[in-house]
Amino acid sequence: MSVTSNSTLAPKHQRLILVLVALFVLIAAGLLAAWGLRSQADYFYLPEDIAENPPEPGRAIRLGGMVQNGSIRTLDDGVTIAFAVVGREGNAVPVTYRGIVPDLFVEGSGVIANGRLAKGGTFEAETLLAKHDENYTPRELEGLSDGAMHEVLEESAAQ
Amino acid sequence: MGIGTRDKDMHGFANPRRFLALARRLTPILVGVGLAASTAAILWGLIAVPPDRLMGETVRIIFIHVPTAWLGMAGWGTIAGASLAFIVWRHPLAALAARAAAVPGAVFTALCLVTGSIWGRPTWGTWWVWDGRLTSMLILLFLYLAYIALSQAVEREGASARLPAIFGLVGAVNIPIINRSVVWWNSLHQPPSITTGGSSIDGVFLWPMLIALIGFTCIFAACVLMNMRALLAQTQAEARLRRRAMEAEADA
Repeated sequence: MSVTSNSTLAPKHQRLILVLVALFVLIAAGLLAAWGLRSQADYFYLPEDIAENPPEPGRAIRLGGMVQNGSIRTLDDGVTIAFAVVGREGNAVPVTYRGIVPDLFVEGSGVIANGRLAKGGTFEAETLLAKHDENYTPRELEGLSDGAMHEVLEESAAQ
Repeated sequence: MGIGTRDKDMHGFANPRRFLALARRLTPILVGVGLAASTAAILWGLIAVPPDRLMGETVRIIFIHVPTAWLGMAGWGTIAGASLAFIVWRHPLAALAARAAAVPGAVFTALCLVTGSIWGRPTWGTWWVWDGRLTSMLILLFLYLAYIALSQAVEREGASARLPAIFGLVGAVNIPIINRSVVWWNSLHQPPSITTGGSSIDGVFLWPMLIALIGFTCIFAACVLMNMRALLAQTQAEARLRRRAMEAEADA
């Protein structure tokens, strides 16, 4: 390959453009494929998914969402707990579970239940997984109102 | 490829004096800063940091988990960047840098998976689930293992170093998928805490974590430089052996 005229790109520039175009196309294809998977690769159903398109009773599924505030109660048998899982749009699914709950299973926190939908619309969970949110806060700040938390944070920042 | 370019490549391998001088000076600095920063950050995280409101003491694993996750991905970023430089500019040191980053990257990815699993048991209630984040991170580990096997086979059989370079570029597709996995898909792993909008990690956890991140990154960089020097020495020793064998043959 002899490069004499100024209008022709040097080989390394040709390679650079070629590789960048190839990389762009490759990443675009990868992202498109992953994006296409977005409903298939979900780890769980949200309550609104179940309301919209109820799975047949008895099929093993995962339900995820927030434990509704004030909904956890122990049933009369003393070992079964009942609570409600709410999604982003306010739909709630009643859940029952017998067994030991994870430490992070608290009201207002995320949960993923493996189990089946019973005929009455109650979700019978076999295992519970607690989902942590993206917030990391030390224990000292727990229970403080927003205003009080700001004061504590400013104090500690000033030190 | 003509004879001329091959000679130039051999020359680049045989005499990368400026790189070696720089690497020799940088390595002890990186090791020192890396060990000091990561030890300090981990001790700070273990002793001085208060427990998390929900997770309690287990939050302390964040000071290892996040830096290893970052380096697992940054390691492949190094492979991809060096592969790009090798394909475009044909610089032999770039191919070496990509090979040198593979093993440290794989080790950090494995550490990320192990610490995440240990963290998942008390917080989530499970060692492992097949959600988007965990699965894409496991795929990254497999990509590393495949890259290591491929680059070693190419080295041994004398095939073109462009082969692992292309694999390094193709594998980079997984990095944005790992990053976006918790946003696109419902997952057990929580969404990102640090975004362009700020951080939802309280300062008492964030600062030691960032210092651990810098420390681990220095150790990673030192490993890559040492690995590159070892690979260079190996290449030079092999070239010398070959030359000696040829001379002996000529004498006989």
